[in-house]
Amino acid sequence: MLLEVSGLHAAYGATRVIHGIGFAMEEKSITALLGANGAGKTTTLRALCGMVKTEGQIRFRGERIDGRSTEDIARLGIAHVPDGRGTFLNLTAEENLRLGAYTRRDRAAVEADLERVFGYFPQLRARRAQQAGTLSGGEQQMLAVSRALMLAPKLMLLDEPSFGLAPLLVRELFAILRAINERERVGMLLVEQNAAMALDLADRAYLIETGRVVLSGTAADIKRDDAVRRAYLGY
Amino acid sequence: MRGRILFLGVLIVVACALPFLVSSYRTFQLTLVLVYAIALLGLNILTGYNGQISLGHGAFYALGAYCAAILIDKAGAPYWAVVPAAGGVCLVAGFLFGLPALRLEGLYLALATFALGVAMPQLLKYHHLEKWTGGVQGIVIAKPEAPFGIPLEADRWLYFFTLAVTLIMFVLGWNLLRGRIGRALVAIRDQHTASEAMGIHNALYKSLAFGVSAMFTGVAGALGALAVQFVAPDSFGVFLSIVFLVGIVVGGLASISGALYGALFIQFIPNIADEISKAAPWAIFGVFMIGFVYLMPTGVAGAIRLLLTRRRAQ
Amino acid sequence: MTLDAVILQVLAGLATGGIYASLALALVMIYHATHLVNFAQGEMAMFTTYIAWSLINAGMPYWPAFLLTVGIAFILGMFIERIVIRPVENAPVLGVVVVFIGLLVILNSVAGWIYTYTIKSFPSPFPRQPILGIHYISAHELGAIGVTLAVLALLYGFFRFTPLGLAMRAAAQNPESSRLVGIRVGWMLALGWGLAAAVGAVAGMMVAPVVYLDPNMMSGILLYAFAAALLGGIDSPGGAVLGGFAVGVLENLLGAFVIGNELKLAVALVLIVGVLLVKPSGLFGRVYVTRV
Repeated sequence: MLLEVSGLHAAYGATRVIHGIGFAMEEKSITALLGANGAGKTTTLRALCGMVKTEGQIRFRGERIDGRSTEDIARLGIAHVPDGRGTFLNLTAEENLRLGAYTRRDRAAVEADLERVFGYFPQLRARRAQQAGTLSGGEQQMLAVSRALMLAPKLMLLDEPSFGLAPLLVRELFAILRAINERERVGMLLVEQNAAMALDLADRAYLIETGRVVLSGTAADIKRDDAVRRAYLGY
Repeated sequence: MRGRILFLGVLIVVACALPFLVSSYRTFQLTLVLVYAIALLGLNILTGYNGQISLGHGAFYALGAYCAAILIDKAGAPYWAVVPAAGGVCLVAGFLFGLPALRLEGLYLALATFALGVAMPQLLKYHHLEKWTGGVQGIVIAKPEAPFGIPLEADRWLYFFTLAVTLIMFVLGWNLLRGRIGRALVAIRDQHTASEAMGIHNALYKSLAFGVSAMFTGVAGALGALAVQFVAPDSFGVFLSIVFLVGIVVGGLASISGALYGALFIQFIPNIADEISKAAPWAIFGVFMIGFVYLMPTGVAGAIRLLLTRRRAQ
Repeated sequence: MTLDAVILQVLAGLATGGIYASLALALVMIYHATHLVNFAQGEMAMFTTYIAWSLINAGMPYWPAFLLTVGIAFILGMFIERIVIRPVENAPVLGVVVVFIGLLVILNSVAGWIYTYTIKSFPSPFPRQPILGIHYISAHELGAIGVTLAVLALLYGFFRFTPLGLAMRAAAQNPESSRLVGIRVGWMLALGWGLAAAVGAVAGMMVAPVVYLDPNMMSGILLYAFAAALLGGIDSPGGAVLGGFAVGVLENLLGAFVIGNELKLAVALVLIVGVLLVKPSGLFGRVYVTRV
C-alpha cells in the first residue's frame, strides 16, 4: 500500500475539522477526495503533511508518518501542491522548479527531470527566467504541479488543481496529470470540487461530508451513485 | 468594581505611608518610580494604545526636564508652576513632531523617533544654546522645600508633591483611555483602514496621541529634574528612550497599571542586578529583560489579569 | 571650500560608509528572514571584534585571525538564534524588540567585564602609507571599502547562485511552501543569523582601527547602519550598501562644511527622515500594496 490512513482526526486550535477519516491508496493509483466546501478535504491533505495537529494513524509505504515534521514528510517523497498553489512569487519560474528538487542530491537526474517537466509543460520553458508572480493563473498551476514533480515523489497531493482555470485549461491539465501518472509511476491523491473531472481521472474516490467519509468505492461506482450524481455531478 | 476602588484606596494609603517607613534615599527612589510611571503611561498611550513605536521618548522627557530647569534657573519660576508649563511645551512639541511622523509607519517611525532621541543630547550641548542650557555642564536646581511650614523634609515633601501629580495624571489618562478617544486610538492601531471608514479622523488622532503622550512624558521629565536637582545632556541619551520602551513592554502594553509595574522594573531591577553581580550588572539586567518576555509575554499587567480571570473562573 | 577638500571628505565618507554598509547589510539579512531589526547587531559585531583582538594578541597573524573570527561569529550568530530568539519567534514584535535590547545590554556588559572599558588599539591589515600614490585616502580606508565590496559580492553570489542561498530566500518569502519542498525553515533562519553575525564581524574589524576598540564602539555606527538600511529600503541588500555609502558621505560633508562636527549626527538623521517622508519605502525598497 502507498498510503493507509485510519482514524484520522485534525483540528485548528480548538476547532475540530475532521473526525476519524480512513482510506487507503495503492501504489501508482489515483484517488479522489470529493465533497462540498468545508467538508475537510483540504484539511485532510494538510494533516497528511503534518501541517495541522492530528490524531490517528498515517502510514506511507508501511512507515508511520503521523506526528513527523512537514520537511521530513516531504523528504520521504510526498509532494503537496497546496491550496492557493504555494508559488514563490518573487522567484523566477526556474528557481521555483529547482526548489522543488531542493532535497535531491542526484544532480544529473534533476537536470533531466527539469527537461522532462518542460516536456509536459512547454509554456514553462519559455517562462523559465520570468518572475513567477507575473505568470498567468494557468501557468502558475502548471508551475505548482511541476514543482511537485521535481521532488521525484512517490505520492502527489493535489489540492484543487482546477481552481480558477478556464474549462479548456482544466481538461488540458487533467490530461497531462494522467500522462504524468502513467509515465512517472507516481500516486496521486486529488482533492476536487469539479467532481466530474476528478472521477474521470481517478481509480477510486471517497466522498467526505463534515469531516467523515460517507461513501467510498471505485470511481466508476461512485459516478453511478444517485446521490452523488444529484449533488455533485448535476445530472 | 467595588473591589477595585477598595484596592486603589489601599494602594494610595500605602503610597502615603511608605515614605515614613523608609530612608530618605529610598523615598527619593520611590519618587523616581512615580516619575517613570507617568512617563511610561505617556509612552503607552502612543505605543501601547495607538500602536506607534517611539524609540525617542527620552527626548520629550529631556525637553520637560530642561523646561523646568531653565524656568527655575533663569526666570525664577516656582517649582509647582514649571510642571504644567513643561507639560504644555511638550504637548505642542509632540503634536508638531507627530504631524510629519504621520507619513511613517512601523520601523520608519521607529527610526524617526530614534533620530529624535539621538539628536536631543547633541542639541542640548549645542554651543549657540549654551546660555540657556548650560552646555555639557547642565543646570543645577535647588530642592524645593515644603511650604506653609509643613514639618516634612525636602525629599518626603517632593515625594508627596510627585504623588499628587501622578494621581492627577493617572486619572487624566484613565478618563482619556476609557472613553471614546481611547477606543478610537485602539481602533486605529488594530484596523487602520476600517477606523478611517468609520469616520475616525486617523491623522488628527495620531498626532493628538503623539502630543498627549509627549505631554505626560514632559511632566515626568520636569518632576524628574526636581527630584534629581540637576539636568545635563548626557543623562538623556538614547538609552533612556530604550529603557522607557522596555518599561512599557515589561509592565504591559496598553495597560494603565502596567506603567507602574514597568516603572518599578526600570527603577529597581538595575539595583537588584547590581547586587547580584558587581562585575557585569547590566548583563543581569539584560537577563531579567529577556526572562520577563519569556515568562510574561503580555507584561506584568497581562500576567496579573490572566491570574485574576483564572481565579474568578474557579 | 576647495575641490580638494571636498574630494577628501567624500573619500573619507566612502570609507566610513563602507562600514555602515556592512552592518546595514547584516541588519537587512535578518530583517529579510524575520521582519525584525536586530538592535543587538552592533554589539555582536563589537564582541566578535574583541575575539579577533584576543586572537591577534595571542600571536596569531592578522588574516588567519580574521577568518577564524568570521567563523566564530557565524557560529555565535546561529547559537544566539537557536537559544535566545527561537523561543520568542511568535511573540509580539515589541516583546522581541525587548529581547534584542536585552541581548545588546548583555553583550555590552559582558565585553566590558572581560575586556574592561579602557580603549584598545586594533591593528589594520593594510599598510600605513597611502598606496598607489593616492594621498586623498589612507590605505586602510581604501582596504575597508574593498573588503566591504568583496563581502557584498560574496553574499550576492551565495544568494543568487547556490541552492542553499536559494533555499534561504525561499524560506524568508514563503515558509509554508518551503517546508513542503523539504527545506528546514528553522535552520535557514539560524543560518541567516550566522551570516549576519559574520558580516557584522567584518564590519567591526574594519572599523576598530579607526574608532579604537571599546565596548561602546558600535552604538553610533549601528545607528548609521540602521539609517542606511532604511534609506536604501530595508529589504534590499544592494540598497543597504548604497545607503551606507550615502550616509557616510553625507555625514562627512555636513560635518566638514555645513554645521560642524557638533551636530552632524543629528542633522544627518534629520535629513534621512526627510528623505523617508518623501519616499517612505526607502530609495530602493519595494512598495507593497496591501489588500484590505
